Amino acid sequence: MDKFRMIFQFLQSNQESFMNGICGIMALASAQMYSAFDFNCPCLPSYNLAYGLGILFVPPWVLFLLGFVMNNNVSVLAEEWKRPTGMRQKDPAVLRYMFCSMAQRAMIAPAVWISVTLLDGKCFMCAFSTSVPVERLGNRSYTGLSEKEMRRILARIPCEEIYNGQELVAREVAVRYLRCISQALGWSFVLLMTMLAFLVRALRPCFTQAAFLKSKYWSHYIDIERKLFDETCTEHAKTFAKVCIQQFFEAMNIQMGLGHTHSPEAAPSEVGEEKEKLLGITDQGTMNKLLKSWHKCKPPLCLHQELSRTPTLKRGTNRDKISNEGHVTCPVLEELDRILHNHTILATFFPIFPPSKHEQRDS
Amino acid sequence: MDRFRMIFQYFQSNSESVMNGICGLLALASVKMYTSFDFNCPCLPKYNMAYGLGIMCLPPMALFLCGLILNRQSLVMLEEWKRPTGGRKKDLAIIRYMCSSIMQRAMIAPVIWIIVTLLDGKCFVCAFSSSVDPEKFVGFANITPTQTQLLLSKVPCKDDELMKNNPARKAISRYLKCWSQGLGWSVLLILIVVAFLARSLRPCFNQAAFLQTRYWSNYIDIEQKIFDETCCEHARDFAHKCILHFFESMQQEIKLRRFNAPTEEADGGEGEEDHLLGITDQEQMNELLKSWYYSKPALDVSQATQRQQSAGRERLSMPWADSLSNRGNAPQKAKTSRQTDV
Repeated sequence: MDKFRMIFQFLQSNQESFMNGICGIMALASAQMYSAFDFNCPCLPSYNLAYGLGILFVPPWVLFLLGFVMNNNVSVLAEEWKRPTGMRQKDPAVLRYMFCSMAQRAMIAPAVWISVTLLDGKCFMCAFSTSVPVERLGNRSYTGLSEKEMRRILARIPCEEIYNGQELVAREVAVRYLRCISQALGWSFVLLMTMLAFLVRALRPCFTQAAFLKSKYWSHYIDIERKLFDETCTEHAKTFAKVCIQQFFEAMNIQMGLGHTHSPEAAPSEVGEEKEKLLGITDQGTMNKLLKSWHKCKPPLCLHQELSRTPTLKRGTNRDKISNEGHVTCPVLEELDRILHNHTILATFFPIFPPSKHEQRDS
Repeated sequence: MDRFRMIFQYFQSNSESVMNGICGLLALASVKMYTSFDFNCPCLPKYNMAYGLGIMCLPPMALFLCGLILNRQSLVMLEEWKRPTGGRKKDLAIIRYMCSSIMQRAMIAPVIWIIVTLLDGKCFVCAFSSSVDPEKFVGFANITPTQTQLLLSKVPCKDDELMKNNPARKAISRYLKCWSQGLGWSVLLILIVVAFLARSLRPCFNQAAFLQTRYWSNYIDIEQKIFDETCCEHARDFAHKCILHFFESMQQEIKLRRFNAPTEEADGGEGEEDHLLGITDQEQMNELLKSWYYSKPALDVSQATQRQQSAGRERLSMPWADSLSNRGNAPQKAKTSRQTDV
């Protein structure tokens, strides 16, 4: 049980781990769906290709988009893309990183479906049974059949019980032929995907590792910040509700002309504690303003900034440099960049490294 | 057991998780219901279509209504929609948000039923076997139209003597199943595309207002829960006090003093007083509950400390004092019941 709980907690720890878990489950579900799906080739000349290719390609799209839909980062990404700049600059590298990481995870279940479909062979056989090379596998000149009639007979190859062209092409022969090609394609696909994954993983550190570390850090940060903001809002709502209800009871007391309120020594400390939890936001208008500012003007990524708590930018503070665009730059942030930049081993071998965006802006 | 408790606790952690959990359970129940349902096509000319379409459309409606019923938020939303304005203005955006979130969750189980039905194909074959064009298939030449209809309607039944050995039966069955599965996958693809677009494009429209709406709808939910809990606690202490008082009056009547009743009562009284929050009889409680519905308090708690500091002093402005005078039935009888009953 502890193991289960540990795994559960680990997967929940951040959005990426959670998505890894979901991704694994979807891959298994995709294989299970295929085996539960009752494949039913129509065995009619024009329908076979449409059905076969449909089953081969439509479910992968469904699974791919489902992988995006189940990922909470989609709305985080869209929000980060569309938000007004406010006091925090937008970094397209972070957006690209988030999108790539989501797309990579979403591609696993479709790849599993396509591999399983090709390795099984039924789909391919249904789609391409009319394209079997009759000259090589059977008797082309059998009874001088018209093209249309031959196609109709060939279309029935996947359906064992209604196939009537044994003299034209032996069904077994055609089935083996088609299945062989299908499985070859399947294994090639698997090999190709695995090779691509290997190349991407192995060669990525060779290209802009510093920028990559930065993007990874800030994309995790955005995710965690959003989660904490939601939790803070929920806690705030709870406290707000408690205090509101308490006030309501007191008001009813006063309104009904009752003399006694509850004992004074308990109340101020309790109310004071609740009031602290409210973080100074005590009415609807203020809360609405806070939520609007969170979207329209996200705070700068600078923790030692002791400006006032309102999100309007106060210029003229001497602790932070203000660049030309009016955004606050932060010495701590630049230090972090520098650390991440120097972290790569390559920096020791290749001292001439493309400067990061912050350094470019300063110079 | 431990695993269930952990999963249960995870889902209970907030009301959204609870609703997601219920939604998932309904979806699983829908699949299970379909697999255990013994589909039984009547194989008669006019009944097939009715039966097939009935099985495809009626259970989804039942599942949709189930999804609405099991969702606590639908009651909260209705209450928020229908309440008198009182001290707190109503925001239609919140009601719309709650409504759309409820509908989205309730629609998942019906959609799963419909898709599983289409992908399985039995229903579709049963409903539309009589509508197939018989000229596409061999074996239907030289037969009267009524006979054709009869034969076509027997296609879904494998064991029927008329169609058992007819080669066209399998062909028609396959043809219809192919259409059914094609339709099923298309519906699934369209729905997923719509869900994806909705999820990814929503932050592009009015995100600030959305954050506000989400916060306040969550707030209303929490407030309702906390109010219910407060009332429960109050009722418990009210009952406790009432019973103590009753026992005490019995003791006084038979003039037996086994323990130090007055001091206990005094201690208990002060302890209970906290939870009773000053409301100590039935009429006061009724008045309070009526007020809670007719005149919800304004969303402004900045005066909490002021009230404590000036306890006993008459306060001039109360956020909802004006609105209370606008109510239809003024609380006249509350003023007469000054004495407490406990």
